[in-house]
Amino acid sequence: MEPVLELRGITKRFPGVLANDHIDLTLQKGEIHALLGENGAGKSTLMNILYGLYDPDEGDIFVKGKKLDVNSPSDAIAAGIGMVHQHFMLVPVFTVTENVMLGYEDLQPNRLLDRKKAAARIREISEQYHLEVDPDMYVKDLSVGAQQRVEIIKLLYREADIFILDEPTAVLTPQEVDELFTIMRRLVDKGKSIIFITHKLREVLEFSDRITVIRTGKVVGSAIPKEADQNSLAAMMVGREVSLNVNKKPAEPKETVLNVEDLVVLDELDQLAIDHISFEVKAGEILGIAGVQGNGQTELVRVLTGLAHPVDGKISLLGEDITDANPRKVTELGTAHIPEDRQKDGLVLNFPIIDNIALNTYYLEPNAKGIMMQQDSMLATAEDLIGKFDVRTPNAVTSVGSFSGGNQQKVIVAREFSRTIKMLIASQPTRGLDVGSIEYIHNRLIEKRDDGVAVLLVSTELDEVMQLSDRIAVMFDGKIVGVLPAAEATKEQIGLLMAGVVSPTSEV
Amino acid sequence: MSKEKLTNQTDDIQAAKKDVGKTFLEEFSKSSTMVTILAIISGLILGGLLVALTTEEVYTAPSLGQGLRVALNAIWKTYEALFTGGIGTPSKIVAALQSGDAVDIRRAFNPFFESLVAATPYIFAGLAVALGFQVGLFNIGAEGQIFIGALCAVAAGIYLKGLPGIIHVPLAMGAGALGGAIWGFIPGLLKAKTGAHEVINSIMMNYIAFRLSEFILTGVLKDPERFVPVSAPIQESAELHRFFQAPIRFHSGFFIALVMALLVYILLYKTTWGFELRTVGANSNAARYAGMNIVFNTVIAMSLSGALAGMAGANEVLGINHNLAVAFSSGYGFDAIALALIGKNHPLGVVLAGLLFGFLRNGAVQMQLTAGIPIDIISILQAFILAFIAAPAIIRTIYRLKEPDFEEAAVKLSGWGGN
Repeated sequence: MEPVLELRGITKRFPGVLANDHIDLTLQKGEIHALLGENGAGKSTLMNILYGLYDPDEGDIFVKGKKLDVNSPSDAIAAGIGMVHQHFMLVPVFTVTENVMLGYEDLQPNRLLDRKKAAARIREISEQYHLEVDPDMYVKDLSVGAQQRVEIIKLLYREADIFILDEPTAVLTPQEVDELFTIMRRLVDKGKSIIFITHKLREVLEFSDRITVIRTGKVVGSAIPKEADQNSLAAMMVGREVSLNVNKKPAEPKETVLNVEDLVVLDELDQLAIDHISFEVKAGEILGIAGVQGNGQTELVRVLTGLAHPVDGKISLLGEDITDANPRKVTELGTAHIPEDRQKDGLVLNFPIIDNIALNTYYLEPNAKGIMMQQDSMLATAEDLIGKFDVRTPNAVTSVGSFSGGNQQKVIVAREFSRTIKMLIASQPTRGLDVGSIEYIHNRLIEKRDDGVAVLLVSTELDEVMQLSDRIAVMFDGKIVGVLPAAEATKEQIGLLMAGVVSPTSEV
Repeated sequence: MSKEKLTNQTDDIQAAKKDVGKTFLEEFSKSSTMVTILAIISGLILGGLLVALTTEEVYTAPSLGQGLRVALNAIWKTYEALFTGGIGTPSKIVAALQSGDAVDIRRAFNPFFESLVAATPYIFAGLAVALGFQVGLFNIGAEGQIFIGALCAVAAGIYLKGLPGIIHVPLAMGAGALGGAIWGFIPGLLKAKTGAHEVINSIMMNYIAFRLSEFILTGVLKDPERFVPVSAPIQESAELHRFFQAPIRFHSGFFIALVMALLVYILLYKTTWGFELRTVGANSNAARYAGMNIVFNTVIAMSLSGALAGMAGANEVLGINHNLAVAFSSGYGFDAIALALIGKNHPLGVVLAGLLFGFLRNGAVQMQLTAGIPIDIISILQAFILAFIAAPAIIRTIYRLKEPDFEEAAVKLSGWGGN
């Protein structure tokens, strides 16, 4: 059978980097083809070439046997190729109908937009594919899952046959992920074909028909899910054996380090973000906070680290009241903070590593004597930590903005772990990182726990929370809806709690 | 990590350090300094083109070749006049040195020293704006701070009496700095406490400064013996020292400016305060995360910026005019914004850009006299240079420079929108 899409020898060079090195890929009609690879492996470059955003230096694209020149996304769309980007391309203040029409407008005879016709067509599509969405709703009022459905409807509206889904599960709850895969299955049943980009091994094995693995711009292997397992895929992806399961001893919790009582926090818009929560973290344990993004986790971390202050309740660290303390005070009491958004909060991108390493100790000896910075000892510290934490950089004065995400995270970890700490607050510590870096960060977190540090892990990656935590607290709508011992918790149980369905057996 | 790997890593770092020399040229072609230099050259070329295109004889020339010759001649004459006006005429210098006549020698060297005199207020004001930019603040109020600085310096120069110069000069200069600092402090405080944008507020402060200085110059500070609104002359003890006799006006303000540049450099790059200031400017979220006080740093930065601008004003009245007239500043505070951008907000860059501006401004006077080219061509030249610096992609494309590995926010106008 003729493939619907064939890429032959696609090569793309960027200054100093060979992003795609003679990549061949074929997509059969009606299959879900997973494209697996670490961040920076070249998946996105390849898909951007296919979608007409980049010009390949070499290679050809064939759609249904015909050679295709894609110079812009409109060429790709005309050839029936559609893409759902990781970050949705929707206008929040437009309705679903308006978003779907955007760039593909139906006009009335008088040249005005024909919203009615478009809405009718959207209803038709959503019925045909069971994609529930109200065409008249504003996108800003939709859940993330529903927004993704709008993106898919957009492609169906444009009569795409080939769907590219870029990391579609990154923002979804486990239940929403299941729903997405039902939708994907339904799409291929109706003759569509899907390229599904991801770095999550479990999803690939469960939901794809064929797997192609890319590493450093080359296709390094392909597999069929039945014949592959997580370890073999991970090894292919990273180029070496990786341990996917975190090996850890049972926790030995000691004294309480962080105690939170009846905390109430408003967000930046003065809306209730945290609704009377209490918990404690003991030395030598990892308390994981699970939950879908946007249920108060961000505000919780900000308040615990002194970046914001609660309107009610009490926070104490090792017996000291830090409810209204500023970040400097919290840091000096021995708290390390791996922030959720490393580029926004954790690093100064156009500063060199040496300055980023000293970011919160720049005023202390040996980094400073009085008000004078001591460049030499700062450099020595930075070079030492670059070695210890395996930061890949030509030297200590390179700007961290030029680093990969994993390398940037290593700089933050190096900085935070090089101090004597009693409390570690890690928020989304592995977001956007590759398998190798994730393994590294995970091991470091466990190491700190075993050293007797109290660890609060906030993550929307359920697998991560379940693997690392000793206890799991689930946040929903600003409340902690359940605290479970990690050893006994099941994914289904936590998934339900994350969705706000409180099971009667959970202890709060 | 094994010990061996650790030593390997440090070896790598050592090796990388040694490689710096080798790859210097390559790196330099990527650097923004190269772009700046090429931008200046491109600005001069375009300026020359403009001179040729506006020369009437080019169009009335009988043949193409003749027209071309006329055009090149016009460009040559323009830049020759700019050079002799800004630096001096080599033949005159040689002749004067041979004759040994002191007045002739001073006259021959005067253009060069006059360029330094013209550069001095640019350096002060450029430092002021650059310091603001480094902290993510756009101090567009330097012009107003210059007026207030001049006002305070003149007041201190007139009313403090019987002091030796060694005390009077620093006092008057300090009064200027203090006045400017207060004028910067107000928008700084408003920004930090209420979020009111410093651009809007420092523009408003400009208007207050202009009208206030007019009010005072037509009132209490007016020289009663003169008809125009000009202050009385300052005490001789408050005058900045002039190193040579007339006509050379070169005075100690130039060296004070250089010292200030050095101090700003040390403050920004060598002290913990400067580290805080730069961090707040580069990423205020990370600064907050690191426990820095954004409010305090914002207020301090605007005050220091104002103080430097105030010194620009003080320098002019204590060094050159020896009194204060209405509208004595020809927009130093606004030119300083362009200057800071050309100097990449670095003190050394500001000094170099200040010298360039001083040379261009001073040379332009001569250019207007001998070549008949209007002085405004200098503003156009500056605009060309700025446009090229603001759009480095143009320069990189024209000269086929390599893209930088990581585009630093070199010309960072934070505060516009984002922040």
